[in-house]
Amino acid sequence: MKALQNLFDKLKPNFEKGGKWEKFYTLYEGHRTIAFAPDITTKAKGSQIKDAVDLKRVMITVVIAMIPALLFGIFNVGFQHFLAVGEEATFLDQVLFGAMAVVPTLIVSYAIGLLTEFTFCVIRNHPISEGFLVTGMLIALVMPPYIPLWQVALATIFAVVIGKEVFGGTGMNILNVALTARAFLYFAYPAQISGDQVWTYLGDKAAVDGFSGATALSVAFQAGQSGEAVTTALAAHNSAIGDSLYSFANMFLGFIPGSIGETSVLMILLGAAVLVGTGVASWKIIVSGFAGTYIMGLIMNAFAVNEFMAMPAHYHLVMGGVAFGIVFMATDPVSAAQTESGKWLYGLLIGFLTVIIRVTNPAYPEGIMLAVLLMNVFAPLIDFYVVKANKKRRLQRATV
Amino acid sequence: MSKLVKLKKGFDIKLAGKAEKQIEAFQPAQTFAIKPTDFVGMQRPKVLIKEGDTVKAGTPILFDKKLEKVLYAAPVSGEIVEIKRGEKRKLLEIRIMADKEVSYETFDKFSDSDLKSLSKEQATAQMLKGGVWPQIIQRPFGIVANPDEEPKAIYISGFDSHPLAPDYGVLLKGQEKFFQAGISILQKLTSGQVHLNLDAQSEVSPAYAGVQGVQVNKFEGPHPAGNVGVQIHHIDPINKGDLVWTVNPYGVVQIGKLFLDGILDASKLVAITGSEVNKAAYVKTYTGANVSTFVRGNLKSEHVRVISGNVLTGEKIASDGYVGYYHHHITVIPEGDYEEFLGWIKPTTSKLSFSKALGLFSFLNKGEFKVDTNTHGEERPFVVSGVFEKVLPMDILPTYLFKAIISEDFDEMEELGLYEIIEEDVALCEFVDPSKNDLQEIVRNGIELLMYS
Repeated sequence: MKALQNLFDKLKPNFEKGGKWEKFYTLYEGHRTIAFAPDITTKAKGSQIKDAVDLKRVMITVVIAMIPALLFGIFNVGFQHFLAVGEEATFLDQVLFGAMAVVPTLIVSYAIGLLTEFTFCVIRNHPISEGFLVTGMLIALVMPPYIPLWQVALATIFAVVIGKEVFGGTGMNILNVALTARAFLYFAYPAQISGDQVWTYLGDKAAVDGFSGATALSVAFQAGQSGEAVTTALAAHNSAIGDSLYSFANMFLGFIPGSIGETSVLMILLGAAVLVGTGVASWKIIVSGFAGTYIMGLIMNAFAVNEFMAMPAHYHLVMGGVAFGIVFMATDPVSAAQTESGKWLYGLLIGFLTVIIRVTNPAYPEGIMLAVLLMNVFAPLIDFYVVKANKKRRLQRATV
Repeated sequence: MSKLVKLKKGFDIKLAGKAEKQIEAFQPAQTFAIKPTDFVGMQRPKVLIKEGDTVKAGTPILFDKKLEKVLYAAPVSGEIVEIKRGEKRKLLEIRIMADKEVSYETFDKFSDSDLKSLSKEQATAQMLKGGVWPQIIQRPFGIVANPDEEPKAIYISGFDSHPLAPDYGVLLKGQEKFFQAGISILQKLTSGQVHLNLDAQSEVSPAYAGVQGVQVNKFEGPHPAGNVGVQIHHIDPINKGDLVWTVNPYGVVQIGKLFLDGILDASKLVAITGSEVNKAAYVKTYTGANVSTFVRGNLKSEHVRVISGNVLTGEKIASDGYVGYYHHHITVIPEGDYEEFLGWIKPTTSKLSFSKALGLFSFLNKGEFKVDTNTHGEERPFVVSGVFEKVLPMDILPTYLFKAIISEDFDEMEELGLYEIIEEDVALCEFVDPSKNDLQEIVRNGIELLMYS
């Protein structure tokens, strides 16, 4: 490692004041601190020792938590493909096929995102921060399996610039950056990110008879429109290809069409276990998010006027991106509510809104994205009232 | 009413190098220093002596033009060898070369029964004259108390929960009589209670056992349970307009001695601790001792940082520097100015962290940690929420308070509780902060904004 350190040392003068790449000092420093934890020591006054954890560590933990979902996503993309075209394929075939689809998305999202980030760091001369480690992965995981790569690139640039850098960079953003990317695509290129055709890649092959490519949610939505019981519709769908494609178990395990990382609730819960176990994500948001979804599902059942509303409440938990959104998006510490009691309300409302948007939005049967974004905007308001309550307590006990 | 407060929030930092409960015969310190910088809020220190003067223990050598009544006295007798100034002639240190045998200024002596009849004015006058007044710290703001004011109550934290902190049972051994006398004096200074807060988890040390005239409260839980700020918060929080005083038990003893023996006895036990010292033990010396005789020759390694005080709130001093006025504690830990290859990502159980993100398995490491001064990361904006709240056992929203201070929002600072805290209360927040912000400095800046506005 000495050699690498020497290399950095050798390059250093070029980046320092007066050096020929002076402007790029932040890039030099950024890369050096990735390779080596820096040699900064504590100040003469104040805490003389510091906790061994830093932001990089926190961020990489989130990335690790997403790996099960990513791996399953890679497999599932291949699995869905071969299912749709009606071909037999080995596990390895499925994984390889999936990797060919997913890995480029991942590379584009990271490469373009980091490039944008670096550009801003150089222009503003602020340190490279590690926030994009997580964002890059998140963006890839919320994309449909076969999204044009230029759209991924465009969405990433939009998210980093408009979602984050205009607010001052990592830690200052109001909206979840990855969801900003997805929302951008949803509104700018609706054809490529909604409807039935984008969730399974057919390639140059034709689908088997009866294949629709619909996500579980859109099946449920259609059922709601036509007045057929959702569970029956999902079951009927099953018979078209293979058996029980949309069974509850399948939806929980993730063998269904959907965005790359969002289909497997099991894998997401594995990630949640890592996040909660390490204390990186707030368990309060996760618990209250799921609770809110379920409770609003029950309320919808009680007032059901169509079959979608009458869908069993627990189905909401495994369909679409609810689990992914709650575990990885809602818990983003920057855009979420930051007070401990605020977090309960924040998660609960995300759950509520998700189901409300799902069952009442006539155009698009998924609500988690908009629910999280909306609550991102309201999080400071929730915190404001929590802080106000604290001040009030403080004032009340005053005797003068 | 005695109170038992159980605190759940906080974090005990287990460091290697706890002092053995014995007094080690280190070479005695030659020089002693009073550092005006130890007295937070001292504005315009004025020196009363010249280089070359000889002083006795208790001779006034310094006062603050802002608070002229309070005299700061020499801890030992000897010759003033240097008055060290820094930039803009800022007064840094007044060094005294100590006599072999300490001689004392004499003050009025009182018997136990005299103490009872002593008036508040007489007590205050003697304390000011005898140089023990700086032991009294005022809250809010954590500055030396103003003798013209009257506090609502006086608080004494009877234990120190900081990492490697000295055991007050050792520090106060045999001082029971003086401690009681000090309490009797303090009682005169307030119309309210004198609170003595003890650790519920350990047995009551003899110095506190039979103390009369105090309200005893017990606290249970991890650090910062021993912080007097936390204790006040749970007994009777400080609101705007309130004034309370705090005294360290050592200060109480010193006050007691001034009245019973009529001298300023600045002798104290200092705990020499930390992973880098060979002999971690207590040493008998005086306030402001030069540490070189305790540190040099007692080191396991060369590249170390010597800290006056504990690792959370202490101050870096040179290896021939001087112990701070309020400190009974020296910690020596390795200096951490090295780069670690992929240090931020490697799984490990050997690093100390409050967060479980650093190796889910760090709970396996039950032992004591050897921690250096590396920050383990660079400064970042506040990104992770909720960590400060886990280590601050007060009804305060630290993140919002820090943000209010940074944005210099006076109303918010007041309303969010800046009157209740000083640096030491947020030291743990500063330790656990993954964004590596200097929160103690932020808090002091906030206090100064409030004080001088």
